[in-house]
Order: sequence, then structure tokens, then C-alpha cells
Amino acid sequence: MFNYTLRRLLTVIPTLLVLIVFSFYLMRLAPGGPFTSEKPLPPAVMQNVLERYGMDQPLYVQLWTYIKNIVFHFDFGPSFAQKDRTVNDVIAQGFPVTLTYGFWSAVFVLVLGIPLGIVAALRHNSIWDYTMTGLAIFSQIFPNFVLAPILVLLFTLSWGLLPGGGWNGGQWEYIVMPAIALGTSYMAGVARLTRGSMLEVLNAPFILTARAKGLPERVIIWRHALKPALLPTLTYMGPVFVYMITGSVFIDVFFSTGGIGQDFIDGAYSRDYSMLLGLAILYSLLTFALNLMLDLLYAWIDPKVRSSL
Amino acid sequence: MTDARKRLNSRDFADTVAEEMIVSRSFWADARRRFLGHRLAVFSVFMLLALVLFALFGHAFARWSFEEIDWNVLGRIKTEGAPSLDNGHWFGVDELGRDLYARVVQGTRTSLMVGFVAGPLAVLLGATLGALAGYFGGRLDQIITGFYTIWISIPYIIFFVVWQAFFGRSLTQMIIVIIIVNWTAGLLIVRGQVMMLKHREFVDAARMLGMSDLAIIFKHLAPNILWVIVIYTSIVIPEVIMAESLVSFLGVGIQEPNTSWGALISEGARTMTFGTLWQLAFPAAFFVIAQVSLYYIGDGLRDALDPKDRR
Repeated sequence: MFNYTLRRLLTVIPTLLVLIVFSFYLMRLAPGGPFTSEKPLPPAVMQNVLERYGMDQPLYVQLWTYIKNIVFHFDFGPSFAQKDRTVNDVIAQGFPVTLTYGFWSAVFVLVLGIPLGIVAALRHNSIWDYTMTGLAIFSQIFPNFVLAPILVLLFTLSWGLLPGGGWNGGQWEYIVMPAIALGTSYMAGVARLTRGSMLEVLNAPFILTARAKGLPERVIIWRHALKPALLPTLTYMGPVFVYMITGSVFIDVFFSTGGIGQDFIDGAYSRDYSMLLGLAILYSLLTFALNLMLDLLYAWIDPKVRSSL
Repeated sequence: MTDARKRLNSRDFADTVAEEMIVSRSFWADARRRFLGHRLAVFSVFMLLALVLFALFGHAFARWSFEEIDWNVLGRIKTEGAPSLDNGHWFGVDELGRDLYARVVQGTRTSLMVGFVAGPLAVLLGATLGALAGYFGGRLDQIITGFYTIWISIPYIIFFVVWQAFFGRSLTQMIIVIIIVNWTAGLLIVRGQVMMLKHREFVDAARMLGMSDLAIIFKHLAPNILWVIVIYTSIVIPEVIMAESLVSFLGVGIQEPNTSWGALISEGARTMTFGTLWQLAFPAAFFVIAQVSLYYIGDGLRDALDPKDRR
């Protein structure tokens, strides 16, 4: 287990290296730059600006300096577009926001999705089951960028219940809609998957044995069926986390939460090299950490997986 | 003789059975029959065809072009820009006074094009790499799967946004970047299938006849994994359309005045506070219809093709 974790942690290094080198050259090879504007700067000024940011040196030297600064000083460099702010500042300010509603969104996905799936499986082929399945298909087809405007339309414009955007220090009213908009389609996916695996487990021989022993239904479900039924859901959460991180870029932009997604899009427009690279690294690390956590959880639950690690 | 007995001995029954035996029941004929039995999927195919026809010939029914500004309604869009049969704006006008019907036709064209060109190409690329990795194994397999592992742990939107912002925002660039982002789709499952199939007798036979490795992969293995490719393509196409829409929503998609569903939905969402709801409703409806249809077509294809689900 320990060895496995260590091995996984070691793969993060080549992954990040590929990401950094690839994105670095991709961005630099594209025409234009953070300091090209409608009215070109005088050559002398331009020279000074480039020197200030170390951009007068050859590309591989810049890349090396960049990596060195991260490794030794944990410094992701100054922002090229937002004067007087470093990438570290921007992340320190925006990341907690994204993380907060992301967390609540994940809670929403699991706390609603799993029980929905279980209820649908237990009341198989009932009206509950059909409503749930219909709902699941429905919300898989409404991605967050269609759902979010509809939510704002209902909760803000029609009923005036919730604020249509902003953050305000993370009061709960400001978290509700981003969390729901981000999570709904994955909640539906989780519900559908849980339903399927629960049905499968309930038909398994060991459940029949438990029934034959005369155990009460409650014990059968909670003690025997739940754990194996949740395994496929866990594997599904890996890609879900990746998509939720991706989706958070959109949520940040649409709800103006002040999270890092907005900085990322702004950075793309203004060719803010260091900002884009820094945030790309952050997003990848987050993906990686969540996946590792999930795999370890999986191993903890499933003895078969544990012994193979 | 009982009734059932009589029926079994009848001439009619013998004919039907004989016919069943003569008509060859290949895998694909079987699959076609199963697909046609899936009523929702068949209906969805017709919906999708209607969308394609709309994209191709919709312009013929538009009274305005998609980039022309109707100065008569500009400035009074809320009151006079609504959908109307009188002034020829079937779907109303957008924020800038351009005909929304013509823009939806244009957007449908872009979105479908992106989905149906980039999606299959991405799956083909992934399938080819997966087949090579599975067939040759060894070092090549290690390189491809290693790269795969690295690639899927990079959130794709990052790459997508950066590419679009830096390399211009044409349709071609969009298709290229979607292929680069999605090449991993179907790779692992094709690799697994090939690894399983390559030890079968027909591959040995082909090899003994002196066929080259590549010829074996493309002539003998490819038909056997075609079903995987078809299923994955049906999954990837709606995903690609969705990704394109998301990126367009973020404002880094197709360049104006061209547009796509995502860009139209984004404009509609921005202006809905002013009460011009049709600007959101029409593009969103088209998007949702396409997604529902593609979902059921994919569902039908999975039922028809996946040997695990044979009933």
C-alpha cells in the first residue's frame, strides 16, 4: 500500500514535466504576446519590459528558470497581465473559492445521488424507479452551461430567492446555485450507476443466503449490499472529479464567484503565460490528488484490489 | 391434434422457418434488426436527420442572412425583436439585431460539423494507436499507454482554452484541438480487444499465409473490433458537441460572426435579464434535442452491438 502510494506520487513528476514543457512551448510559439498591443511600445521600452520579465533570454533558459523557481522557491512567477500581482497571490485568493463550492457540489452529488439510486433499486420498476431514471437522463442532457442560466432564471429573476452571482465571502446563498449547477448531471450519473450496481448485488447469491437466514431487510441492505454496490460508483467518481474541475472554470465565469476559472480565461485572452501555466499545474495537481485519494479509498474498501497493490 | 401442434405442422410455418434459415444472419444483420427494434433510437435517427437537413437547407427559408443587422428593430429588441412571422424573424433577433433563425441554422451547422468530423476522427486515431499498442506490445505498448496515462490526468479544458486563444478560432483549429484532446477515447478498450484477438487461430492463419502485421491489423482485426469503434464514436460525438459548446460559452470558441450552439446559448444567457428569453430558448432547445437524440441513438447502438448485453 505504502509502496503503491509512493509509486503513484512519483508518476506525478513526469506528468507535470510533460504538461509544463508542452504548454510552455505551445504558448510561446504562438504569434503575439502579453505586451503586444494596438499601439506598439517604443523599442527601448519594450526591451526594458522584456528584460524585467526575463523574456529576452532564449526559451530553454526561461523554461529552466521557471522550473527552478517552482522547485526551490515555490514561486510561480509574476503575472504578466495583472500588474503587481504574482500567480501565487491570484491562486491564494481564488482557489479557496473554487474549492469551497466544489466541495459542496461533491457533497450534493454523493448525498443525493447515492440514496436516489438505492431507492430506485429497492423499489425496482415502481413509479420511483421510473421517475428517477427519467430524471437521470434529463439532467445528463442538461449540461451545466444550459442548467445554470435556467437556475438563474428561476431562482433569481422569477422568484428572487437567491443572488444570481458573486461570492460575498462565501455566504451559503452564494454557494447554492454554483454547487447545484456544477453537480446535477454527475448526481444523475451517480444515481443511475448506484441503481444498476445495487440491482446486480441484490440478485447475487450471498444476498439470497442472507435472506434465507431470515435477516431483516434493513440489515441486508446496510450491512451486506451497500458496500459492494458502491464500488462502481467510486470508480465513476474519478472522471467525475476531473469533469467537475473542468466545469468549475465555467461556473467561475458564469456566476462571477471570483474563483480561479475567471483568471484562467482572462489569462488566455491576455496571453498571461505564467498565469496560464501556474493554473494548469494547479488543475492537474488537483485532478491527480483526487484520483489518488479515490484509488486508495477503493483499495481500502475492496480487499481484492488491496492485495493486488 | 392441439392447436399449437397444428400450427407447427402447417405449410406457413415451414416456409417461415426456411426463409429464416436462408437469410444469412451475420453479426451486422443481427445488429441492424436489434437496432430497428429499439423504437426510441429509430425515432432519434429521424430527429437527427431533421437537424442535419435543417443545417443544410435551413438558409433557404431565412429572409435575413446570419450577419446582417436589421436596423428597424435595433434598439427596440425587447418589444419588436421577438419571434414574429410578419418581419421574417422566425426566431426573433439577437442582441445586435441579427436574425436568430439564420444564426441558429449557422450554429447547428458548426456544432454538427465539429461533432461529426472531429468525434469519429478522434476515435479512429485512438483506436489505431490502441490496436498498435495491443498488437505489438512491448516497448511500443509501454510508450503509448504511458502517454495515455499522462494525458488523461490533464483536465482537457485547460488545453482547449489555451489552444483556442493562441491559435485563432477557426473551425479547422477547433476540429484539430478536439482530436488532440479526445484521442484517448476508446484507446484502452481497442487495445484490450486486440490483445485478446491476436492469439486466435485466424490471425495465426493469416500470418502463416505471409501477411504483414499491418495488413493483419487492418484487414483481419479491424472488422472484429468495428463494433467497439462504432459504440465509442456514438459516445464521443455528443461529448464533443458538448465540449465545443462549453468552450464557445466561455468565449473562446468559433470566431464571430460565425457561431455555434454554445455561443448562442451563452449570448442568450447573458441577455435573459432584459426579458429577451427567446434568445436563450431556441438555441438551447436545438442543443437539447440533439443531445437527447444522440443519447438514444448511442443507447440503441450499444444494445445492438455489445455482445455482453446479448439477450
